[in-house]
Amino acid sequence: MSSDAMAIPNATAEARPWVEVVHEWVTTVDHKRLGILYIVYALIFLVIGGIEATIIRIQLIRPHNDFVSPQVFNRMFTMHGTTMIFFVAMPVLFGFANYLVPIMIGARDMAFPRLNAFSFWLTALGGILLYFSFLGGNGLYGAGNAPDVSWWAYAPLAARAFSPGPSSDYWTIALLVSGFGSIGTAINLIATILCLRCPGMTLNRMPLLAWLNLVMSGMVLITITPLSAAQIMLLVDRYLGGHFFDTQAGGSAAIWMHFFWIFGHPEVYVLIIPCFAFMSEIIPVFSRKPIFGYPVMVGATICIAFVSLSVWAHHMFTIGMNSYANSFFAITTMCVGIPTGIKIFNWLGTMWGGSIRFQTPMLFSIAFLFQFLIAGLTGIMMSSAPFDWQLSLSYFVVAHFHYVIVGGIIFALFAAFYYWYPKITGRMLNESLGKLHFWLFLLGFHLTFDVMHIPGILGMPRRIYTYEPRPGWETLNLIVTIGAFIQGIAILVFVANLIYSYFKGPQAGNDPWDAWTLEWSVSSPPPDYNFAVIPVVASRRPLWDLKHPEDPDSRYE
Amino acid sequence: MSAVTSPALERPLEWKLPYRGKVGMACLIIAESAIFTIFVVAYLFYLGKSVTGPTPREVLETPIFFTICLLSSSLTIHLAAKELENDHRKTFLILWGITILLGALFLFGTAMEWHRLIFEHGLTISTNLFGTTYYSLVGLHATHVTVGLVMLTAVLLFGLADRVGVEQSARIATLSMYWHFVDAVWVVVFTVVYIVGR
Amino acid sequence: MVRFDQIRRILKPRSKVAGIAVLLAGALLAASLCFAAPGDPSPLPSIYDPHSTPAKSIVHLSHFVLSITGLIFAIVFGLLAYAVVKFRKRPGDDGREPPQVYGSTQIELAWTVIPILIVVVLFLATARVIHSIEDAPQPENAVEVVAIGHQFWWEFRYPQSGVVTANELHIPVSEAAHPTPTFLTLLSADTDHSFWIPQLAGKTDLIPNRVNHMWMDPYQTGIFLGQCAQYCGTQHAKMLLRVYVDSSQDFATWVQAQQQPAVLDANVTAGRRVFETTACVNCHAVGGTIANGRFGPDLTHLMSRQTIASGAADNTKANLRLWIQKPDAIKPGSLMPAMQLGDADLDALVDYLQTLR
Repeated sequence: MSSDAMAIPNATAEARPWVEVVHEWVTTVDHKRLGILYIVYALIFLVIGGIEATIIRIQLIRPHNDFVSPQVFNRMFTMHGTTMIFFVAMPVLFGFANYLVPIMIGARDMAFPRLNAFSFWLTALGGILLYFSFLGGNGLYGAGNAPDVSWWAYAPLAARAFSPGPSSDYWTIALLVSGFGSIGTAINLIATILCLRCPGMTLNRMPLLAWLNLVMSGMVLITITPLSAAQIMLLVDRYLGGHFFDTQAGGSAAIWMHFFWIFGHPEVYVLIIPCFAFMSEIIPVFSRKPIFGYPVMVGATICIAFVSLSVWAHHMFTIGMNSYANSFFAITTMCVGIPTGIKIFNWLGTMWGGSIRFQTPMLFSIAFLFQFLIAGLTGIMMSSAPFDWQLSLSYFVVAHFHYVIVGGIIFALFAAFYYWYPKITGRMLNESLGKLHFWLFLLGFHLTFDVMHIPGILGMPRRIYTYEPRPGWETLNLIVTIGAFIQGIAILVFVANLIYSYFKGPQAGNDPWDAWTLEWSVSSPPPDYNFAVIPVVASRRPLWDLKHPEDPDSRYE
Repeated sequence: MSAVTSPALERPLEWKLPYRGKVGMACLIIAESAIFTIFVVAYLFYLGKSVTGPTPREVLETPIFFTICLLSSSLTIHLAAKELENDHRKTFLILWGITILLGALFLFGTAMEWHRLIFEHGLTISTNLFGTTYYSLVGLHATHVTVGLVMLTAVLLFGLADRVGVEQSARIATLSMYWHFVDAVWVVVFTVVYIVGR
Repeated sequence: MVRFDQIRRILKPRSKVAGIAVLLAGALLAASLCFAAPGDPSPLPSIYDPHSTPAKSIVHLSHFVLSITGLIFAIVFGLLAYAVVKFRKRPGDDGREPPQVYGSTQIELAWTVIPILIVVVLFLATARVIHSIEDAPQPENAVEVVAIGHQFWWEFRYPQSGVVTANELHIPVSEAAHPTPTFLTLLSADTDHSFWIPQLAGKTDLIPNRVNHMWMDPYQTGIFLGQCAQYCGTQHAKMLLRVYVDSSQDFATWVQAQQQPAVLDANVTAGRRVFETTACVNCHAVGGTIANGRFGPDLTHLMSRQTIASGAADNTKANLRLWIQKPDAIKPGSLMPAMQLGDADLDALVDYLQTLR
């Protein structure tokens, strides 16, 4: 217990020099600490990305506003998107996976602890490199500053001819580096899950969180790498005079789009699948029933993984592909909605006939179901290519993907925070603050992102630093901005809760939620070595079997 | 509730999970294959689309000898790994050394070819689409060969210091997986560049 | 002073459902405000105010899609709301675990098969519209326009009549009796752009080294607004578009006027000399003079347009003067350089440009 970094404060422990504590954290290879590092890192960038979003929304509060210049605005939406995807969503999900997966499968650490640390630091330093770009100042007419080519960095815009300074290179190299970090963590997760499960834990008995992180990691291997390849090609163009995306030399602008979206679409499934994992752990516990249809949940996820590799060009419906290509991608996109919808039904089936408790994790989970349903349905609207010819590149699609990312991923993440914070820190998060956070965030989210669909329908494209005074656009943009501020306040409440509860929250004990997976069998926080004795399991819910020896799951599986 | 095992649950008699090194290497190979696939797709897509400059047909010469070198190195590394499993350290080292030699020969062949292309035919990475895609694809592969050779050499040095024995065979097998991957990629690159692309 | 635990008791699940219903009603109300009156082309570029066949087909398809997604939403949301209310833990519960149901093959089969059927139907409807829009044959009497996207303006060429203009597109109305649709070929001179006039058609991108096509057949005269929809750089936001749908006589008159070389007014020779001896001619063309630049918009009939700088400002004398002297005041980051002219030269130049009707 002597090197328990998350030991409850005020417990009897010698005061150690802070240098020693920092050194321990910087050199750690313990999956739990690396998980915490990932999560804290992501939270910091969540606030930064949120500030960037707020700047965007203030600029758009009225037409012809001049809160920021177009150059700054373009940097804001580029950095906001890039930060949120690569330095908030990916790290926080890897952080939770890092922390939870080994414990949930009865292991003592990940398969490759040093690779784990290496991957974290690659990601972390990639983010710092990206933000270092802001220090470039306004040299070269601002081309030396932060990237402003949008998070897609479409060539030719990102090529040397149209982005002469190093700003695009910051984007490229920061993402290349952190991409390698992601691949490292994915390799680690797969090896851990396949090779370090405790005795008795067959793949058929693994918690769904482990299964879904396995699928997600497999996807990462073949999802991030096309982006890495495209970025290497972009660097070849920019520094070695290559012509991959040089249309003057016969190169193709469309091929960047293909490579980017072959990464970009599966990437959003990489982001949502761990959130499905959280839901699949939390909803059963708060409904007091096992997950409905475990094998189908696994199968549907694998299905999603495969089908999502075939839908990428639904982001390119407007580039003038022929009708057969457009039809193909329309139908594959509709098809990927089927296994996804099935999962929603399975969660519904889990709640059905249960005894639902409405603590904060469950509130966020129910909101997730509702919002993810809507997000999926607006996705289906856009899968219909002609409809997409109007909706794409407008605020409708911005509303859609924020619905998925904020309404889906962030809500699921908040649920996960409230659910596992007791395990990680040993203290419960304050329930009243949690509910306040929930309702505020729900209000702000819906105010912003429900309304945001409408300007898109009224012809407002995305990525514009200002707009003409068209009827409807002004009021709607104002409402959207107000909602953003409310969300900001809710986040502050959340951060306050995190900090307050760390010092003053009630002790959690091993198993505050009366749950059934292995992480609830160890202390909160877990000891360094996770398990004194490696557990042996006989069913999907080992703690249910222990708590209900008269009716164990092992009898029915 | 600190121990999960109830008295009734015993360790299953058979609980053998795969070796994590092999799984990790397989994952790395899958990831690298995806990168190579994108470069191959770009190469194929841009065939015949160069606006100027030398075409593949005009300047490429099929490197049969050096290909045979590289592919044979797969055989020698396989044999080396086998020898190590039987703890024949000396034979292992010899075969391992031959593998490195063959790999180095291959790199030398690539260097020679590039020298010829640059100085005799004026084909560089910035000349035209063919130049860009060719040097990128073949260069990416050569980089992977180089990294492999570095790893192999490290093992050779450890072996010469007599620190590589049968206990290391799993790790050696994992490393040779990487080397086989590099060879397999060459089969694909060779086919795409020198057969299909001409 | 309300305490937190009082809030907790107040905000019960049922009120959550009610709250969401209120939000939905509000959203629907807001949406309904956005539908323009039928008939009149309005300055609001709403996709639900179609004035051309492609836009109309999309609206019809969208109704079909929305009814399906609406039905799915109603059913699933209904079930979710019901479950949240019916299966909540009641205060009187004894804490016993409910029946542990692991799954149900029949139910899971049902909710797999039904979505598959929905997808089939949706796809068939979609594919039909894709083909009807994308594969529409170009009739003999179609008006052809070549649109070339630039950072941050639109070049329009009419190959059939030799007209070259910028930013404001004129096309004839297409009556049901004898349709005269306009078929556009879309090219780009630099980066990606996207041509979007929501009331007339779905958007199609302009991509360098690629030839795209689209068409529209507006059935009413009027002005239709839009703008570039694919982020193309600093001034993407002000790469605005206007389409003037003229009656066939008006269109013919317009073409005729545009085909004329530039007006040669003897009163403004001073200004014309300024134009032709400074860098203006590097980028701009004026028909019938030595100015032959293609980098910037053709100015031969500058005064026939209602806006300058691709819609960023009205075409007034003051704006024109400002645009030449200090483009950053109107469109910071555009590729028009500040011309650094003395006041006298600038005034003469503006007077000259004002004659280019």
